[in-house]
Amino acid sequence: MTLTQIGHSTIETVEYVGGLTIQFGRGVAAVFRLNPFRGSRLRWHTTIRQMAVVGVEALPVVCLISGFVGLIMALQGAYELKKFGALQYVVSLVGVSITRELGPLMTAIIIIGRSGSAFAAEIGTMTVTEEVDALRTMALEPVDFLLVPKLVAMMVMMPCLVIAADTAGILGGAVFTYASLGMSLRNYLSITSEVLLLRDIITGLIKSLAFGMIIVQVGCFEGFHVRGGPEGVGRATTKAVVQSIFLVIIADLLFTAFFYLFWS
Amino acid sequence: MADGSKMIEVRNVIAGYGNRIILHGVSLDVRAGETMVILGGSGSGKSTLLRHIVGLERPRSGQILVKGVDIAKCSRRELNEVRKAMGVSFQGSALFNSMTVGDNVALPLREHTSLAESTIRLMTRIKLEQVGLAPCENYYPSQLSGGMKKRAAVARALAMDPEILLFDEPSAGLDPIIAAGIDELILELKRAFTQMSIVVVTHELASAFLIADRVAVVDKGRIIAIGRMEEIRSSSNPRVRQFLDRVPDPVSADQEAFLERLIE
Repeated sequence: MTLTQIGHSTIETVEYVGGLTIQFGRGVAAVFRLNPFRGSRLRWHTTIRQMAVVGVEALPVVCLISGFVGLIMALQGAYELKKFGALQYVVSLVGVSITRELGPLMTAIIIIGRSGSAFAAEIGTMTVTEEVDALRTMALEPVDFLLVPKLVAMMVMMPCLVIAADTAGILGGAVFTYASLGMSLRNYLSITSEVLLLRDIITGLIKSLAFGMIIVQVGCFEGFHVRGGPEGVGRATTKAVVQSIFLVIIADLLFTAFFYLFWS
Repeated sequence: MADGSKMIEVRNVIAGYGNRIILHGVSLDVRAGETMVILGGSGSGKSTLLRHIVGLERPRSGQILVKGVDIAKCSRRELNEVRKAMGVSFQGSALFNSMTVGDNVALPLREHTSLAESTIRLMTRIKLEQVGLAPCENYYPSQLSGGMKKRAAVARALAMDPEILLFDEPSAGLDPIIAAGIDELILELKRAFTQMSIVVVTHELASAFLIADRVAVVDKGRIIAIGRMEEIRSSSNPRVRQFLDRVPDPVSADQEAFLERLIE
C-alpha cells in the first residue's frame, strides 16, 4: 500500500517537473516568435496592459512593504550592533541585505500573492469554461496567447519593481538612523553609495528575473492544469502560491550560493 | 447537396481518460456539405468523440482523418493548419470574457490573417449579421443572454469561413424557444453554405431530426446505428428504440452485484 503511494507521488512529482519544464521551453521559444509588427498586435496590447497590472499597480504596496522591511532590518541590526558600539554599520547592513536579498525576495513574495495567484485563477477559469480549448481549436497556442504576454510583462517589470523596492528599503533604514543617530539623509545616502557595490544590485536584479520567470510559469501551469470546476480553480490558486514560494526560495538559495562561490 | 468526398473519417478510434476506455472502436465518415448529428445520451462518449475530431485529445489507437490529414498522429503545426478549416461552437459558448463580442469574432482573423483592421471589422459585422447579433458588437459576453452567447460563439466559429463547423450541445441550457431558434440558425447556415460540413453533438431528438442529413447514434462508446433520419427512426436496435421512445434504463435487478458494490 505505502509502496504504491510512494510510486504514485513519485510519478506525480516527475510529471509536474516534466510538465513545467516543457511549458518553460515552449514559453521561452514563443517569446522569440512575438513579432510586434505582424499578426500579434493584440498580444502587444495585452502585454502592455499586463505590465500595468503586474508592475505599475503593484508599485505602492511593494514600496510600502520594502520600506518597512528596511526599517525592521535597521532595528534588528541595531539590536546586535549596539553591543559593539558600531551603530553606524546599520547603514551598510541595510543597504547590502536589501539589495542582495530582501528587495528581490519581498517583491517576489508580493507579486506571487498579487499576480501569481491571479494568473492561476484567470487561466484556470478559462480552462474550466473551455476558453482554452476554444483557443486551441482556433489554432492559437494557449501558451503563446496567454502565457507569453504575462512572461514578457513580468520580465520587464520585476527588475523595475526590485529597483523601487531597493530604494524604498534603503529609505526605510534612513528613518531609523535619523531617529536614533540623528544622521541626515544626505549623509546616510552617501555612506550607502560608498558601501554598496554595483554587484550587490545586479545580483538582486538577476534573481528577480528568475523569480519572475517562476511566478509566471507556475501560475500559468496550475491554471492550465485545473481539473473539476470552480473548486479546482481554488485549489490551483492555492497550489500556485505555495509552489511559487517554494521554488522562489530554492532559486534564491541556488543563486545566492552561486554568487557567493563565483562572484564575491 | 453532399458531393461525396469525405471531410472527416474516423476509423476504429479507441480512446479514454486514465484507466477508463470511453470510445471502443468508433468509425464514422462525414462528407463535404453534409450535416451529421451525433446523437447519444449523457456519458455515451459523444462529446469525447467531438473532442477527438477537433484534435483536443489524441486517441489511444485508430485514425482520425480531417481533410485527409491524420490528426491523431500529425505534428502540432499540421494540426493547427487543419484547425483553421474548422470552426467549433462549444457547449458553454467559451467566449473570451475580457473581449467584446466583436473582438471575439475578430480574434481568429486578427491572429491568422494580415487583413487591414477595416476589412476585419467589416467581416466581423457580416458574421454577426449572419447569426442575428449585429447590434451586440460592442457588448461583453457577460451582458448577453444564454442564447445570444451561443449565437456569438457560432459567429466566431464562422469567422475563418470554415469548411467544417462543429457544435457541442447547441441547445444545452436553453429554453425550447431559444433552442428552436438555434436549430433554425443551423438550418440557415446549411442553406447558406452548401459546401460546409456540419457536425452537431446533441441529445435532443427533435433538433437532431430537424437538422440532420444523417444521424449517428452513440451508446456506451460505440456507434450502434448510423444512417438517414428515416433509417434511424425505423431502426429495430433495442437501444436505439429505447432512446427514441424515451424509455428509462431498468433498475438493476442483480441483487448480488448490488451487495458486492456495497461491501467493496
